[in-house]
Amino acid sequence: MAALAEPSPDGRFGEFGGRFIPESLVPACKELEVAFRAAWADPAFHAEYEGLLRDYGGRPTPVTECRRLSERLGVRVLLKREDLAHTGSHKLNNVIGQSLLTRRMGKPRVIAETGAGQHGVATATACALFGLDCVVYMGEVDVERQELNVFRMQLLGAEVIPVSSGSRTLKDAVNEALRDWVANVETTHYCIGSVMGPHPYPWMVREFQRILGEEARTQCRALLDGRDPDFVVACVGGGSNAAGTFAGFADTSARLVGVEAAGGAAIGHGVPGVVHGMKSYLVQDEVGQVNEAHSISAGLDYPGVGPEHSHLSATGRATYVTAGDAEVLDAFQLLSHTEGIIPALESAHGLAWVVRAAGSDDLPSGSTVLLTLSGRGDKDVAQVRDLL
Amino acid sequence: MNELRRVEPALRAARDAGRKLLVPYVTGGLGDDWCEVVAAVAAAGADAIEVGIPFSDPVMDGPTIQEASMRALDRGATPSSIIAELSEVDAGVPLVVMTYYNIVFRGGHRRIARSLVEHGVAGAIVPDLPLDEFFEWGRAADDAGVETILLAAPTTPDDRLAEICARSHGFVYGVGLMGVTGERTSLAASATTMAKRLKAVTDVPVLIGVGVSTPEQAVEVSAEADGVVVGSALVRRLLDGGGPDAAAEFVGELRSALDGMGTTAP
Ligand SMILES: Cc1ncc(COP(=O)(O)O)c(C=O)c1O
Repeated sequence: MAALAEPSPDGRFGEFGGRFIPESLVPACKELEVAFRAAWADPAFHAEYEGLLRDYGGRPTPVTECRRLSERLGVRVLLKREDLAHTGSHKLNNVIGQSLLTRRMGKPRVIAETGAGQHGVATATACALFGLDCVVYMGEVDVERQELNVFRMQLLGAEVIPVSSGSRTLKDAVNEALRDWVANVETTHYCIGSVMGPHPYPWMVREFQRILGEEARTQCRALLDGRDPDFVVACVGGGSNAAGTFAGFADTSARLVGVEAAGGAAIGHGVPGVVHGMKSYLVQDEVGQVNEAHSISAGLDYPGVGPEHSHLSATGRATYVTAGDAEVLDAFQLLSHTEGIIPALESAHGLAWVVRAAGSDDLPSGSTVLLTLSGRGDKDVAQVRDLL
Repeated sequence: MNELRRVEPALRAARDAGRKLLVPYVTGGLGDDWCEVVAAVAAAGADAIEVGIPFSDPVMDGPTIQEASMRALDRGATPSSIIAELSEVDAGVPLVVMTYYNIVFRGGHRRIARSLVEHGVAGAIVPDLPLDEFFEWGRAADDAGVETILLAAPTTPDDRLAEICARSHGFVYGVGLMGVTGERTSLAASATTMAKRLKAVTDVPVLIGVGVSTPEQAVEVSAEADGVVVGSALVRRLLDGGGPDAAAEFVGELRSALDGMGTTAP
């Protein structure tokens, strides 16, 4: 199978993926797969999806050359600016796609999970645009540290339900959204926010994020006299901004690097497991209880990872590394000082690795790096102020 | 294993004798006396008992069983401790474990299947392992002699329903409503429909669970079904401080109500 191609009919990327869900949800996942296949083969769907992302979402987002940062690090850093997309992150790409599908399937209600709140905000935004009912599940811990995004979602007309079970973060928000979906599947679409969950979500969400990587490849070639960057780097929570980015560069010679949070590093510290409908790397104990993740960044505070990343790691096409909270805070400030861009804490993980690795064998001096800046840091400013 | 300790022969025999089937659910490792609860429930008239092996992320479960699972995990319950303790229980009826797939996957399909058999557990229910992903576990379970009970849902189409019944051993678990486990004030109409649809395609015992909370509801759905699985309503009594006696009292009420149906017996 070519890298970042279609999964097998049973939703596998190599040995990972699949559809490990209660029987009640199997028909809905099959219905979604049929709807997505038909839509993705339909030029009219593409025209509407791309048109909305252009005229409503502000795409294409630019690629910015970071002159001062590059000088400082000794590697040439280009940023793919998803922070400039509407709602402030790459999440809208996926949500516009899934909302159009929801409409095609005739479902009036959308549910979503959110960690940092960016996917929740994007979902609430698209539901406002399409006139859909919207409920967002969010762990209590995240409700507290992403207070402003909670208000944003409410302003957009969504109902935000705090989740008090388990670790009260993203993992538990997914559990609660799945429970809602089991009860309401006939009227409700579950808009999963990353390349995770049962088939077809990991594949579908990657396809809806592919636009990010394809734009970036074209933009890089324009900036680099037709060449591709040596390294393509993105942070990995569930892995959607990374998957979309990598999809644009899979058939180039660029080295693909995914950066997980040290406290939620499924590939870095986990072993294969099955949760939230998919087989993938998972941080868990020796008998299979899922561990709680602990990261400064709500969007990466997740013990699992999308199955395609597990596969890309197993085949060696992409490399996965980790970044810790302290170096992430440094990177957050560094980009703010040197380039006047305040990154999301999630995106700052990618930069933290670039800063650490620059000049080493992992990222030799003089290399060119495309880093996906998956979102803007406004949502994190209050939290960072308290941490500094 | 003794035929009477296997699920399907025991349930078929009871059904053929005109009895409605009762399978209570108890969360394994919930409280020091959970094994005594299992024994008491058996003595009070259960035809088989479903024992939950708690999992950190139980997506098919509502608040009651979530809470029970967390309490059991906090007490240090593990899959092997629960299976080992079960072998000490003299229940006299078949035992079935219910757990989520990651516990089976991480433990190893063959190792878990063998361990169940070695400890006298007859069957397994894995609610997040649908037919399409069943193959690996199904083969290990068949080889070891573990009966795997599959779930059917109100959204399952007819052709798939027949496939599920063909692959299900022990009984078929018909999910009574669209939703997760938990008590409901009345029986969902979907429960009776589910039972009818299953009875039309299979001879395997058909039990309805999820949202069957009271003796009245058990009787109502058993007009069509061969019997019921009752979980949250029992577990809530345990969470509220009830022990073996309270559990036995509730199961006894369910038993008498089902035995009083009379007229529907063949
Ligand atoms: C800005 C930003 N980047 C990254 C992520 C992580 O998600 P993913 O790995 O799917 O891109 C999030 C999630 O909330 C986010 O808000």
